[in-house]
Amino acid sequence: MTRFFVQRLGLALLVAVFVSLVSFLMLRAAGDPAIAIAGEGAAQADIENIRIQYGFDRPLVVQYADWLASALAGDLGRSTYFNATVAELLAERLPITLTLGLCALSFSIIVAVPLGVLAAVRPNSLLDRLALTIAVFGQALPNFWFALILIVLLSVQFPILPPSGNETWAHFVMPTIVLGYYSMPAIMRLTRTGMLQVLRADYIRTARAKGLDPLTVLFKHALRNAIIPVVSLSAVQFGYMLGGSVIIESIFALHGVGQLAWESISRADLPTVQAIVLVLAVLYVGLTLIGDLLNAWLDPRIRVA
Amino acid sequence: MIQHVIDEPIQMSPRRLLWRRVRGHAGLLIGSAILTVILAVAALAPFIAPHDPYHQDLLNRLAPPIWQTGGTWTHILGADQLGRDYLSRLIYGAQLSLFIGAAATLISGLIGTGLGVIAGYFGGRIDMVIMFLITARLSMPVVLVALAVAALLGSSLTIVILILGFLLWDRFAVVARSATMQLRSSDYVLAARCAGCPTWRLLVSEILPNIGDALIVVATLEMAHAILLEAALSFLGMGVQPPLPSWGLMISEGRDFLFFEPWLIMIPGAALFALVLGINLLGDGVRDVTAPDGGA
Repeated sequence: MTRFFVQRLGLALLVAVFVSLVSFLMLRAAGDPAIAIAGEGAAQADIENIRIQYGFDRPLVVQYADWLASALAGDLGRSTYFNATVAELLAERLPITLTLGLCALSFSIIVAVPLGVLAAVRPNSLLDRLALTIAVFGQALPNFWFALILIVLLSVQFPILPPSGNETWAHFVMPTIVLGYYSMPAIMRLTRTGMLQVLRADYIRTARAKGLDPLTVLFKHALRNAIIPVVSLSAVQFGYMLGGSVIIESIFALHGVGQLAWESISRADLPTVQAIVLVLAVLYVGLTLIGDLLNAWLDPRIRVA
Repeated sequence: MIQHVIDEPIQMSPRRLLWRRVRGHAGLLIGSAILTVILAVAALAPFIAPHDPYHQDLLNRLAPPIWQTGGTWTHILGADQLGRDYLSRLIYGAQLSLFIGAAATLISGLIGTGLGVIAGYFGGRIDMVIMFLITARLSMPVVLVALAVAALLGSSLTIVILILGFLLWDRFAVVARSATMQLRSSDYVLAARCAGCPTWRLLVSEILPNIGDALIVVATLEMAHAILLEAALSFLGMGVQPPLPSWGLMISEGRDFLFFEPWLIMIPGAALFALVLGINLLGDGVRDVTAPDGGA
């Protein structure tokens, strides 16, 4: 287990560093940060001054190494638009996005797992077909459009929920639904496939034959084994949700990292954009790592393989 | 499913067997039908669009669609905030969505399949490096990176296609890799190698045709993905630029009138939904029909 853990951790760190390098180079290739800071129409001399002042005249490798070293020390630089350090901005915004992500993931699991179990109990039944239809439709629904429809329905036609902001729990309901529904099809399908496999196993037949309550067999004996792949999928989905928060938070004006990303992108605030890409990548890598470890812990066979 | 295959009469040719499965697959038929309609609309756009999609007519701005009071047959789906005919913009938008989806998928397909086949065939160190690239790509927040690059480069149709093409290759690589690994030591590949077939030709003419089915399924998924992402980017103002009739852009422009004229967002959104649904149903159907035991 320790060996497994160390291997995965090393790989995760390597991936995180590589991703930060790629995004650093990509953002630098796409735009000149000195011009972005000086603003359009600035004099050439001012741009040169800024270039020297911020150190943009040094070789890219040196700039990257410098940036990474300070990032590791917790210094993510200073926003060129907001009057704050990037670390302060993130500390303020990250809890909102994480809350939203957790709500959305819970919502998704609470709906999708029971649906997947029920679909697997009677394959090809009406319920199974209904669940699959919902999954197919869900995957095709553009999330930003779904968000606008919910606003029209629940804030305009039947004004029961606030359309934007993040003051109360009610503000989180619509974003949770919009962010959560997108993961449902994947979670449901995986639960269904897992249950179908497990329900054919000998130990399920044994449990049934010795007269155990069918619900106990289903949820205690079968689901426990079928749910293992769903655990790591959920970790990955949580990562996607953090990325998807860019669109959803900007629609619902939720002051999380997603909206911060959107604001800093439209203001060419490179240090903030760079830091957010790094933080999201690290979170994603961390989440997949946790998913892998949970899997190995839940299913000893993976550790050996 | 396996049982089903065994039950088929033996004298049935593979082609007829396939056709029989196609006919029996409701999702595949519905998906193909939706896609055929949208493809036809896109191909025939100049002939069926009632108006020029760029022609502004300020007297008719926000003219309501036919089913609302005041709707006229001149503008069946109404007109937008600049008085442009909504139906015509919707029709030309189909062209745009399909073109962006196809072009982006072509780029990502070439990158992903190339990497995947190489990784799967050679294995070892090469495989390790490519697997690392795939893992790294998966860890990048797609929407965020796409938005940032589009914003910094200044977005346009070409830029959007390139960004999507260079971001969405991961699934191609994963599928091509595992499919190639299965074929690597099959008899006909070994025979070709023994016969002195050069490696590149072996990859192109022995391996590639035989992983095609799986790749087509990925291509449909990625095309749907690319179309949705383009719409989202355009919706946020970092994708296709006005006055192009992108469905995402139409939704974004209609958003200003969300409370009073919700049909402005409903119509292009429904079109987008139908297109993605059609592509997904087709992809799922092809997967079920070509790999009935649930592979790919």
